[in-house]
Amino acid sequence: MDRELRDEMKNEMELTFDAISSNEGLARVAVAAFVSRVNPTMEELSDVKTAVSEAVTNAIIHGYGNLEGYERRGRGVSAAGGVQAMEQGRGLPAAGEIRATEPGRHGKVRMQCRLEHGVLKVLIEDRGKGMEDVGKAMEPLYTTRPDLERSGMGFSFMEAFMDDLQVESAPGVGTIVRMQKKMTSGPWIPREE
Amino acid sequence: MDQFQVIDHCLMVKLPQELDHYQAGYFSREADSFLLRPEVCHVVFDFEDTEFMDSSGIGIIMGRYKKVAPLGGKIYAINVGKQVARILELSGMSRLVEVL
Repeated sequence: MDRELRDEMKNEMELTFDAISSNEGLARVAVAAFVSRVNPTMEELSDVKTAVSEAVTNAIIHGYGNLEGYERRGRGVSAAGGVQAMEQGRGLPAAGEIRATEPGRHGKVRMQCRLEHGVLKVLIEDRGKGMEDVGKAMEPLYTTRPDLERSGMGFSFMEAFMDDLQVESAPGVGTIVRMQKKMTSGPWIPREE
Repeated sequence: MDQFQVIDHCLMVKLPQELDHYQAGYFSREADSFLLRPEVCHVVFDFEDTEFMDSSGIGIIMGRYKKVAPLGGKIYAINVGKQVARILELSGMSRLVEVL
């Protein structure tokens, strides 16, 4: 694939999923598959996966305060949150609908990816509790949940692994994280002169 | 339970392929139950299978470090791949952990 063709390609994807810890892996795999068509390097791929993992984890545990999967795993209880949800008779929400946590119902995380001119843009949104002070939350090693052994490195990793990071949040409304990163083609792609 | 093994005075922890928040709770809790044994002083994290780690992994390492360091224990990391190495480096963990 030559560089010009690659740069012309535009693609978009949107994924909405339950705010449960087991979906962190889903979000990583989805963004990796999405970005793979522009042949990112292995390093770029793991950078993007790390940044998405951090943002989605934040939405789940800080935004919605959902610790279910994290606490249950390894305690002899099925960790498959989706199966549990089905067993409890929760219906699927309308497409694109995300809402705050209600009793007996998971909140939703929305991930939107856009690829244009070799630049990946990712938006991760939750309608959770939001943050009073975004600047404070973004400080390295600052965490509101030392009890969960959160290292406070989440936003630092997003900043380090992506080219640009913007965070919007309001208490009681939710949080939107916007990140972008320029992908350079992997070295194994021959470039036509 | 071959993810955890005590060899000499070391607790060997074999970490999973994807080490995220979902996996972290289990490994922290299990490791801590082994650290209660008086013969266990050091922790060796084996990253052989680990292809992905995010800041949750840093939490696991920091948490165990706080437990063993006051008693003179050390934290080691073995079979560290590229992605994990970057995370350890960037978070400053490489100062607390001896990467073998």
